[in-house]
Amino acid sequence: MKILVCISNVPDTTSKINFVDSNTKFDTQGVQFIINPNDEFGLTRAVWFQQKQQAEVTVLTVGDASCEPTLRKCLAIGADKAIRVDADPTDGYFVAKQIAAVCEKESYDLIIAGRESIDHNGAMVPGLVAGMLDYEYITNCISLEIENDQATAAREIDGGKEIVSSGFPLVIGAQKGLVEESDLIIPNMRGIMQARKKFLEVMAATDAVASSTVVSFDKPAPKGEVKLIDADDIDTLIDLLHNEAKVI
Amino acid sequence: MAVIIYTETENGSFKKVAFEIASYGKALADQVGQKLVAVTFNQEDGSALGTYGVDEVVNITGAFTSSFSAKKYAAALAQIASEKEASLVVVSSSANSKYLAPLLAVKLAAAYTSNVIALPESTEPLTLKRTCYTSKALSIVSSNQPINIIGLSSNAFGIIETQSSPSQSSVAVEEATSSMQVSSVEKVTGVITIADADVVVSGGRGLKGPENWYLIEDLAATLGAATACSKPVSDMGWRPHSEHVGQTGKPVASNLYIAIGVSGAIQHLAGINSSKVKVVINIDPEAPFFKAADYGIVGDAFEVLPKLIEKLKAFKAA
Repeated sequence: MKILVCISNVPDTTSKINFVDSNTKFDTQGVQFIINPNDEFGLTRAVWFQQKQQAEVTVLTVGDASCEPTLRKCLAIGADKAIRVDADPTDGYFVAKQIAAVCEKESYDLIIAGRESIDHNGAMVPGLVAGMLDYEYITNCISLEIENDQATAAREIDGGKEIVSSGFPLVIGAQKGLVEESDLIIPNMRGIMQARKKFLEVMAATDAVASSTVVSFDKPAPKGEVKLIDADDIDTLIDLLHNEAKVI
Repeated sequence: MAVIIYTETENGSFKKVAFEIASYGKALADQVGQKLVAVTFNQEDGSALGTYGVDEVVNITGAFTSSFSAKKYAAALAQIASEKEASLVVVSSSANSKYLAPLLAVKLAAAYTSNVIALPESTEPLTLKRTCYTSKALSIVSSNQPINIIGLSSNAFGIIETQSSPSQSSVAVEEATSSMQVSSVEKVTGVITIADADVVVSGGRGLKGPENWYLIEDLAATLGAATACSKPVSDMGWRPHSEHVGQTGKPVASNLYIAIGVSGAIQHLAGINSSKVKVVINIDPEAPFFKAADYGIVGDAFEVLPKLIEKLKAFKAA
């Protein structure tokens, strides 16, 4: 079983979100970048398959050299090797094209990508990759087992879950539930040392044109102060929700 | 030329989100001067869409339509969109719509823009406003493709009635092949899901244990709301993961979000930011949620909730 885990290098959740260059670029000043949380749930499950079912795990990201610490962290968590496609990840379509091109060369049985990144929130990369390669696809995946060349997965749906089975090759949109937060692997010193020696391949990008361009970023209008209501004055809260906010 | 919308149904009825998609589709069709065509699956009666300005309803039939398959549904939608020479397709932000949209984008060689919150700022090229950075920022995105799929955020546009008399037809399409099979579906019935809800009532650790969730459920029932919970609550197994809202859980974009005993960690706030009005009830006046909320009560949930439920019942009855 060859598994490819697609990694997005994203600003830490607690980062201040600001933009520069006339609001066209994210301000990376003082921002710490992390593995996109949905990708990390997927990576952790992939490492489980490596340890229990002899799978080989490759991680891939599309980005410049500044993404390499994030890839090294994936290697320290347990991935066997890493690929960095050397290109600016302009949009989801462009990134999916790069992933699909690597998959056409290398043929992986299982491709895992987070259901969405926490920066662009496009929620499209795993689906686009599946569409481009004509592989089976399950997103919002909250459990995944592999037995006898057959995958059994649970997909979270609105109000419940659906159990599906599928053959390979298969693309998974990962999220929490695939593993729990407590299962996430914090790299130890041995893992970090080994990661330095693991193979990180830099590949040239394949020709592709982004399907969209960000014209500008903006921040939502600042919110007014909270209106505090006395705990003994529930009538006022109901009145405000009915007459002012008009939501009940 | 037509604007195509994917209008979702469940057990023979349209989901609420279908009417919002139709309302948006109607305004979009007017903006570009085209007619509005709704696509349904296994839904004989599409007349309900006539309240929202739909000109034509195409119902896809065939054995496969009885249960959702992203691949098969996307292939069918692509076929209809191609026949109608559509350059604009609108889908919702439901789990199923977000599942099929990228597959449809590949089939149509279209650009897919998710989390869209308004009508296009311009249509040549198509320029859309969407949320990003987990609702902490907005972006204006311009498409480089002639065909576009717009994924509309829930509750971003609202439901607008426009009377029309849609023509209705049934179409059998070729079924896409797939090795995937759905073996079972576990779904709560008779409750409102977070995705469909106008109001969401959410509980955190401040409720002290799953045995106290009847307070959340009572309040939700009074308001016709969905129930949700914070991450620690789902991690401790007090409530199922499907109720967890926040950055790694479900996103919430309701009209009203009431958080009880939820401190308001940044990951939680990221997931509920798109809700229009936020109310917080927390015993700790320093809880970060008070900075994100519109209305707040500093108080003990176990004292405030019974009073709130009683007063709301009286208000609803009046």
